[in-house]
Amino acid sequence: MSTIHFSVNGNKQSIDVPPMKRLLDVLREDLHLTGTKEGCGEGECGACAVLLDGELVNSCLVPALQVNGARLCTIEGVSTEGRLHPIQQCFLEKGGAQCGICTPGMILATHHLLDKYPNPTMEQIQEGLAGNLCRCTGYMRIFEAVQEAAKHETAKAGAV
Amino acid sequence: MSQQNPILGASPIRKEGRAKVLGAALYIDDMALPDMWYGATVRSSIARGTIRSITFSPDVDWSQYAIVKASDIPGENTIVHLTKDHLCLAEGKVNHPEEPILLLAHPDKTALIAAVRGVQIEYDELPGVFTIEESEAAVENNDVERIIWPGSDAGGTANCFKQYLMYSGDAKDTEEGLAKAFEEADFIVEGEYATGAQEQLYIENNGVIAECNKDASGKITDVCVRGSMQCPYYLVHALTLVFNLPEEKCRVIQVETGGAFGGKEDFPSVIGSHAALLAMKCGHPVKITYDRAEDMAATTKRHPSRTRHRTAVSKDGKLLGGTVDFAIDGGAYATLSPVVLSRGTIHAPGPYKWPHIRVKAKAMATNIPPHGAFRGFGAPQSLFGLERHMDKIAKVIGLTPEEFRRRNFLATGDCTATGQLLSDEVDMQHLLTRALDEAGYHEKLARFAEENKHSSIKRGVGFAAFMHGTGFTGSGERRLNSLVHVDVTEEGKPEILVSSTEFGQGTNTILCQVAAQTLNLPYEDILIARPDTSVVPNSGPTVASRTAMIVGKLVERACNQMLAMLRDEEKLPADYSTEEFKAAALAYRAKHGSLRSSVRYEPPAKIFWDDDLYRGDAYPGYAWAVYVAEVAVDLNTYMATVTRFDALQEVGKVMHPVLAKGQIEGGVAQGIGYALYEKCMWKNGKMMNNQMTNYIMPTSADLPPIHVHFEEVPSIHGPAGAKGIGELPMDGPAPAILNAIENATGVAFNTIPLLPEDIFERFTSFTDPALGGTEDLDPTTDLDTSVEATEVNA
Repeated sequence: MSTIHFSVNGNKQSIDVPPMKRLLDVLREDLHLTGTKEGCGEGECGACAVLLDGELVNSCLVPALQVNGARLCTIEGVSTEGRLHPIQQCFLEKGGAQCGICTPGMILATHHLLDKYPNPTMEQIQEGLAGNLCRCTGYMRIFEAVQEAAKHETAKAGAV
Repeated sequence: MSQQNPILGASPIRKEGRAKVLGAALYIDDMALPDMWYGATVRSSIARGTIRSITFSPDVDWSQYAIVKASDIPGENTIVHLTKDHLCLAEGKVNHPEEPILLLAHPDKTALIAAVRGVQIEYDELPGVFTIEESEAAVENNDVERIIWPGSDAGGTANCFKQYLMYSGDAKDTEEGLAKAFEEADFIVEGEYATGAQEQLYIENNGVIAECNKDASGKITDVCVRGSMQCPYYLVHALTLVFNLPEEKCRVIQVETGGAFGGKEDFPSVIGSHAALLAMKCGHPVKITYDRAEDMAATTKRHPSRTRHRTAVSKDGKLLGGTVDFAIDGGAYATLSPVVLSRGTIHAPGPYKWPHIRVKAKAMATNIPPHGAFRGFGAPQSLFGLERHMDKIAKVIGLTPEEFRRRNFLATGDCTATGQLLSDEVDMQHLLTRALDEAGYHEKLARFAEENKHSSIKRGVGFAAFMHGTGFTGSGERRLNSLVHVDVTEEGKPEILVSSTEFGQGTNTILCQVAAQTLNLPYEDILIARPDTSVVPNSGPTVASRTAMIVGKLVERACNQMLAMLRDEEKLPADYSTEEFKAAALAYRAKHGSLRSSVRYEPPAKIFWDDDLYRGDAYPGYAWAVYVAEVAVDLNTYMATVTRFDALQEVGKVMHPVLAKGQIEGGVAQGIGYALYEKCMWKNGKMMNNQMTNYIMPTSADLPPIHVHFEEVPSIHGPAGAKGIGELPMDGPAPAILNAIENATGVAFNTIPLLPEDIFERFTSFTDPALGGTEDLDPTTDLDTSVEATEVNA
């Protein structure tokens, strides 16, 4: 076991875990943050995507040890006091979420994309979300949601 | 009563959408019950054989595990679908790789991996069959060693789960008509078309949590399974047999479901029964969730298929007659194959007038994990063959694909191949005109032909015309006899009670829209209950593009009936406010203790189907469509890419434009995957690429702009005129794309998936590059038996 210290959605955490435990399992099992989903367990689908020091990572590929001292943001940290973030609002209104299982990862990928490109081109959107698989939407409603979110200044205001 | 703001046709926020974007929606793997254990499955490593021995490794402390084997099953060892051939756990022999043999449970999930490995099973292997052709050959050669399925009293024969023979009229008259048509034809065109298996690839794997309660004497009193699924009452039915319990003692609860596409129609009966057996054995709730590798290797896929066409055509481009031989690979057990075959059979003639047609169809047994439901359910397979064949006929007789189809489209007042009179308006001519206009088809046809001369990137356009029947086939809806309740809660809010499930497609939202519209109440005030079979009635399975039209209509009727009840008893005025409705509903509740309006499916008077003759009204309604694909084939990399897609469909009333577009786009994306990306690699019946790493579905970077266009011709069978759209978009993309690839390259490809290596192989196997013509490359010309495009009497 190793003790790791990190912050999740602005809250400081210190937990004892096996050092190679997947960050995905640390979040879901130790911290009960079940908004982060497992789709494939091998870094292909992006359902487990979270922001690690502002970078988009697949938490199924990150060992717990690696987040020592890091700042994490999961889907639970995107809204504030139950108020939807503009990205979430746009996904809701534009039909960007269907079954919802890829949605948390997709919203974090969008967050990361808009940090990098506040006014993304369609190509940048397509590339930026290419690590997050969605089987329901065919991505078109998601692209619309991202374009709509890009119009909101607050959607682009730095990493959460 | 006037509706101020019609909610049907608007796009209100998805009912459960807020929880989903917050990451707060709870899927089965997000849940735990107190003292819950975890379950795992020990599976067959071979395709076919008898089990010689099962030994438990001494390295594992087995006293800590619950172990379930076939002999522990308290009821019947079967997963019931249409027949009982499919075992819950293998007994003595196995018929496919990954067949479940033993179940294990342990309080610690991580302790299961070593335990599964610690069960050693020895087999005496038997020869297997792995393709439709191998299965047929075993029957033809009377190779008893390779008769892998014995037949059944449900219509099956050796190695064949089901056969249909569908005629466009009286059998004898049709045969005579066909003989004459082929005699008098100016052209006889033959073709063979094949499609591969496809994985549903919902992003949430299959998973359940089961509980089993016993009385003081240890007798099982009831079981409860919650999980990711489409059809809670299918699982109830399965549990009643496995546990020998009455229906009311088998409770099933659908929780938030992360995609399904048919993949959670029949399979939850397997995993749900398994978890409940483990719960029975260990005395704790048991969770089973598959990882991706297990889900892909062991659960159902789309049936591979082969379609053979032989068509008699006149020189003025009229279909005179046709025969279709349609075969699907059902895998090792019958499961749903007979009904998948049925839908494929009925859709095989497509949206065309056939003076005489015979469709012979069969579902063959192979030693592959059973194939099952996947969006489209047989129709994408037979329509792929048909719409490729239509382009081939056009080419042979010298008409454009457009003109040839125009001369043969069904129209209002015509009869389909099953003898169904199309009394509702059907205008395929207009749909084709509009779809080609929207896509810029004619301009591109000319431009690409010119540009291709000077480029190694060949561009092309192609289209497919098709239809998809809404609801269960034939007399299916009569048999389902669906029931719907609409209640009013103690807060005075209407609540819809149905077993119809939400798994992304929008059930919750559209049914609430129907209720809001019918009751003239705000959409936000309408509730829909979680599908829990102890609470909701059986409104049928959530499959077959039936929910919007069939269940939606029942909700509409139940709401109208509720209004009548309130008018009669509580003097609810014709024009009422939300508050007046609430007051009347609560007054009714106070008097009677509850307010419930229940309605049951009533078959439309004019709809009739004959199961024996396979004739009549196959579906109450059809959605009609023309899809246009634009492609680029790079002759340096042999990669074919879809560069634009236009999907035009007539779907009755569009209930929720945003959701409807999302359904079509998602289906088109799956169709593009089916055509160009998704290939199941099999070795002796075992899926070798059961990972997202090497089974490739389209990403956001792979897809072209998908333009969705609707036409609305309201149907009397659906609420406010709606028809089904769920499966439709799966049918058209693959043939449209391959037609476009032929347009781009001049080469006819008739098998999907079509990967770059397949294109490479065809292009580099030219004996003489100077030839380069289409027909030389058509594989059917290699068949000695084929009368390829024979011109007779010409």
